[in-house]
Amino acid sequence: MSQILRQYTVSTRRSTELVLLVGAWLVGVFAWILVDASSDSGSLGGWSALLSAGLLLLCAHAVVRWQAPYADPVLLPCVALLNMLGLAMIHRLDAANAARAIANDSPQPTPDVYLQLTWMLLGLILFSLIIALLRNHRRLAQFTFTSGLIGIVLLFLPLVPGVGNVVNGGRLWISILGFTFQPGELAKIALAIFFAGYLVGRRHTLAHVRGSILGIGVPRFRDVGPLIFVWFVALLVLVLEHDLGTSLLLFGLFTVLLYVATSRRSWVVIGALLLGVGGSAAYFAFGHVRIRFSIWLDPFSQANGDGFQIVQSLYGLANGGLFGTGWGQGYPQLVPFAKTDFITSALGEELGLAGLIAILLVYAIVVERGARAAVGTRDPFGNLLAIALTTVIGLQAFIVIGGVTRLIPLTGLTTPFMSYGGSSLVANYILVALLIRISNSARAPQNFALDLPKSEVNA
Amino acid sequence: MSELLLNVLRIGFLLVLWWFVLSVISVLRRDLQAPRDAKPLTPARTTRRPSPRPTLRSKKAASGIVITEGPLAGTVIPLGNSSITIGRAPDSTVVLDDDFVSTNHARLTPQGTHWVVEDLGSTNGTWIGDTKVTGPTLLKSKAVLRIGRTSLELRS
Repeated sequence: MSQILRQYTVSTRRSTELVLLVGAWLVGVFAWILVDASSDSGSLGGWSALLSAGLLLLCAHAVVRWQAPYADPVLLPCVALLNMLGLAMIHRLDAANAARAIANDSPQPTPDVYLQLTWMLLGLILFSLIIALLRNHRRLAQFTFTSGLIGIVLLFLPLVPGVGNVVNGGRLWISILGFTFQPGELAKIALAIFFAGYLVGRRHTLAHVRGSILGIGVPRFRDVGPLIFVWFVALLVLVLEHDLGTSLLLFGLFTVLLYVATSRRSWVVIGALLLGVGGSAAYFAFGHVRIRFSIWLDPFSQANGDGFQIVQSLYGLANGGLFGTGWGQGYPQLVPFAKTDFITSALGEELGLAGLIAILLVYAIVVERGARAAVGTRDPFGNLLAIALTTVIGLQAFIVIGGVTRLIPLTGLTTPFMSYGGSSLVANYILVALLIRISNSARAPQNFALDLPKSEVNA
Repeated sequence: MSELLLNVLRIGFLLVLWWFVLSVISVLRRDLQAPRDAKPLTPARTTRRPSPRPTLRSKKAASGIVITEGPLAGTVIPLGNSSITIGRAPDSTVVLDDDFVSTNHARLTPQGTHWVVEDLGSTNGTWIGDTKVTGPTLLKSKAVLRIGRTSLELRS
């Protein structure tokens, strides 16, 4: 037996990542300077915030360079850009709040941007820990059912009396020791691991064992069971926690994964039918879903009532126009919850369509790189997990930005990496750490060992 | 601040933002081209490699096809008198579980002592060396047939 080892020259692209990361940070610094210049409150505290954000990103880059040298070079810079733009916009809205407090002679509100920076620190620490400690993403497959259980528990934790908090009509918060946290954000990662691990063993059955109704091949009822179960859980989230966004995200994620695992379009059709049934049932059963629909179809008839927020958001986007008003020159603070759910409309107002399209492109690039890592991975579990995590980011960005721009009914979800909110930022950094880990194994050079009988070599 | 400076900064920021996005995209473009540039190095470790010997059997029809690269590397598929199919479908002669391979990807058909390769409308194409197979093409004995991440060669 002779063995021929072939090695391919694969550049690690770490320096590309560093350059892009510095570029992303500089874009954030530029935005911050423009905000400070417009609000005439050039504070020195801002510079320490910017420097610490830059140092944090550099540390994350160092960990990737050291522990995952073949990882995708654009994932980290892209999410860093989104995070920096989010920080700049939160800083800008802080300035608006401070100006309003001065006008009203009320006490100065504490700026939110420093708290968000603390969450960024926590997120990047967890990011680094995962990259350093999780050497192989396949180990997560062992925790399939554990993480499924953890996901369900996290999802329904806000319902536990004493821990759960109701904020703005949604029961999605828990408060422990004075800290509030949205466990649903972490639940989506746990559930992504569970779905991937669950489907990896069953995808062949789901793809090939089929019954038949009227001559059309359809999956057996037994195989549809898990889909119905997830549908039921998603409905429970909607009914008990009034959280339309998480409910949609959860169900959409599982449908996408079923389709990717089996490459059967019938799952998408079944998923769409279940969504239609669940959606219309929720519409007739719950007032808050009906309100969401009516302000989607006709917000202007209730511009001072339930539709106030979305109408303000649309006015903001219209005020921004093609090239925006410029940082600090618009009125994004007029939209309620501009820092969290409506940060997209704030950015759309000040950066215009041109800026918003650039931001959407960055999301598209993140999704493309995630899908690329999925295609490049050699193990089916990593493949499905990468697609699951990518779908979480892509679907969440679509649901919330689509809602803010009135493409689809408005649902309360955070804009990944940009919105003010610790749980979301931390969870998304964990998610990207897993994606980077998978992309490292997808891009690392492989040694193809050829074991050929002697007679076959050069015969 | 003056109106002019404000406008310059406003458009300047958008340009910087787009410059970032476009440089990321240019990195992605280079990434797409990378597999074509990546050339195998000289064998890093070759143990007891038999010296090339001229064979008299080279005129004979190929007796098998060997997978030289990819997940199934090392596999030898014997060739008979009937055509073989390559694809992801479970009923293909050679089943390649690879996301870049279509369900029914390519077919090899015997023509006398030669083998002819045809692409069956695959998504990512069938390649002989660096040329894409568009119609029925003669597969020469040392030519490398590439399907997805797998390379195959005829062996006599």
